[in-house]
Amino acid sequence: MISMSDLQDYNSTPKYETFSYLPPMTPEKIRSQIVYLISQGWNPGIEHVEPEQASRYYWYMWKLPMFGEQSPDVVISELEECHRAHPGHHVRLIGYDNYSQSQGIAFVVFRGR
Amino acid sequence: MAGNKYEAGVKEYRHTYWAPEYVPLDSDLLACFKITPQPGVDREEAAAAVAAESSTGTWTTVWTDLLTDLDYYKGRAYRIEDVPGDDSSFYAFVAYPIDLFEEGSVVNVFTSLVGNVFGFKAVRALRLEDVRFPLAYVKTCNGPPHGIQVERDKMNKYGRPLLGCTIKPKLGLSAKNYGRAVYEVLRGGLDFTKDDENVNSQPFMRWRDRFLFVADAIHTAEAETGERKGHYLNVTAPSPEEMYERAEFAKELNMPIVMHDFLTGGFCANTGLARWCRKNGVLLHIHRAMHAVVDRNPHHGIHFRVLAKALRLSGGDHLHTGTVIGKLEGDRASTQGWVDLLRESFIPEDRSRGIFFDQDWGSMPGVFAVASGGIHVWHMPALLEIFGDDAIFQFGGGTLGHPWGNAAGAAANRVALEACVQARNEGRQVEKEGKEILTNAAKDSPELRVAMETWKEIKFEFDTVDKLDIVNR
Repeated sequence: MISMSDLQDYNSTPKYETFSYLPPMTPEKIRSQIVYLISQGWNPGIEHVEPEQASRYYWYMWKLPMFGEQSPDVVISELEECHRAHPGHHVRLIGYDNYSQSQGIAFVVFRGR
Repeated sequence: MAGNKYEAGVKEYRHTYWAPEYVPLDSDLLACFKITPQPGVDREEAAAAVAAESSTGTWTTVWTDLLTDLDYYKGRAYRIEDVPGDDSSFYAFVAYPIDLFEEGSVVNVFTSLVGNVFGFKAVRALRLEDVRFPLAYVKTCNGPPHGIQVERDKMNKYGRPLLGCTIKPKLGLSAKNYGRAVYEVLRGGLDFTKDDENVNSQPFMRWRDRFLFVADAIHTAEAETGERKGHYLNVTAPSPEEMYERAEFAKELNMPIVMHDFLTGGFCANTGLARWCRKNGVLLHIHRAMHAVVDRNPHHGIHFRVLAKALRLSGGDHLHTGTVIGKLEGDRASTQGWVDLLRESFIPEDRSRGIFFDQDWGSMPGVFAVASGGIHVWHMPALLEIFGDDAIFQFGGGTLGHPWGNAAGAAANRVALEACVQARNEGRQVEKEGKEILTNAAKDSPELRVAMETWKEIKFEFDTVDKLDIVNR
């Protein structure tokens, strides 16, 4: 029998889909996801938005998707550049899958505040 | 048939319907039956009888046979094979000309293929194992209202399976209390909640009240989390008119998805509702109550892979497929076979997965596979490995049974899923390293830690022994 004092109240905070229930990723963890994205043959793309606008379908697109990009370093430096330009914004990475016409992966790399 | 004389009487079926030299056309509809013949009936005659009775034949010759071109319209038994490990039955392959069937009508195909023939005296038992729908026929069907790709875009869910939860107790809650349970689950992190299939419009909770409170729960949870949410509002009803009335109201409330039971509701209702869903931009979740009545007996009935194909043609964006967990390896291969039949655009013949024919769906959208029933956080690694991303895992008791309540239970499931997906993408063996992955994720999630303590760890079997062909013994 569980007593009320053992129960923990649930506090929800704003979320932004995949991986937003995990702690922020370390740089190595982010790199692994980028390596995975590239290994699947997807095209990296970056988007960003003000946190209060996060539930919109369309965020601001950073430059253009990096079609055919094979270097995780290039993707990381673009993510960082986008983050520097918009330090308060959510910055998310997308893997465009042009065969399924969908996104194979999409997650927020830098969480705005 | 020119020149044939009419002779009344009973002829052996094999004269007309056994055609081992026949090469099936690309446009033929092909069927594989498992036939258990009556004693004394040989295989060719039994196979020919099934071909005849499921197409143009009847028990005796009739003069009007000579008014048509039977060679154009008849079904033909063209191949016979042993069933591995089973001497009592055999496989018969039958080819049907496409013009035997009304365009876009799963109803008509089933009325022919699994109609009177299943009560036919010459066979003791009969099972429809697989059907190859020719692409020409597939193109006449509406199919899933939206499909996997469109649903991901509408719901904004990428790179992971989706999570759902059936609200319990399945019967007896008031609409407002029911909405509370929905809200708690969605705010905790699941993508969908679901009406139990038994929930239609009973005295304790009429459908309209349920829809109103659930809509409020969804809108509140969306505003709170910033994520898109849905609840499978069950519109299965006594009559098509009432079904459409319920679907229209769900649309008015801006609900993203409704639900239907395609076997108890019937293919006619299901196809109509799927067309309505396409037209009105509402997703369609499909439950499969009654399937085990039809697909469980290994010698009689219809295999689930055929029901799954029929649903893809009739239309649905989700279909329950079973969870595999805890069952035999053969079931795992077999389940993955029909999961592919739901999701992929071309599925090659593969007997090791119970697939008897190549199936080409052309551009028909894919259906999300739904794994539901008896699963909890410890199953997450295996579920991800079995089903991949294009699936929905439904944790009912595994969410609502959390000691801290629905929201905590939902958060535990969401954390477990995301941890497994993250690990998979990092190249780790998720099923083998499941315990370590979950234990590590629980360090940052007290909800997951408590869930893992509440439910028992699962032991995973790694031996791959394909039992598909002998499991029926």
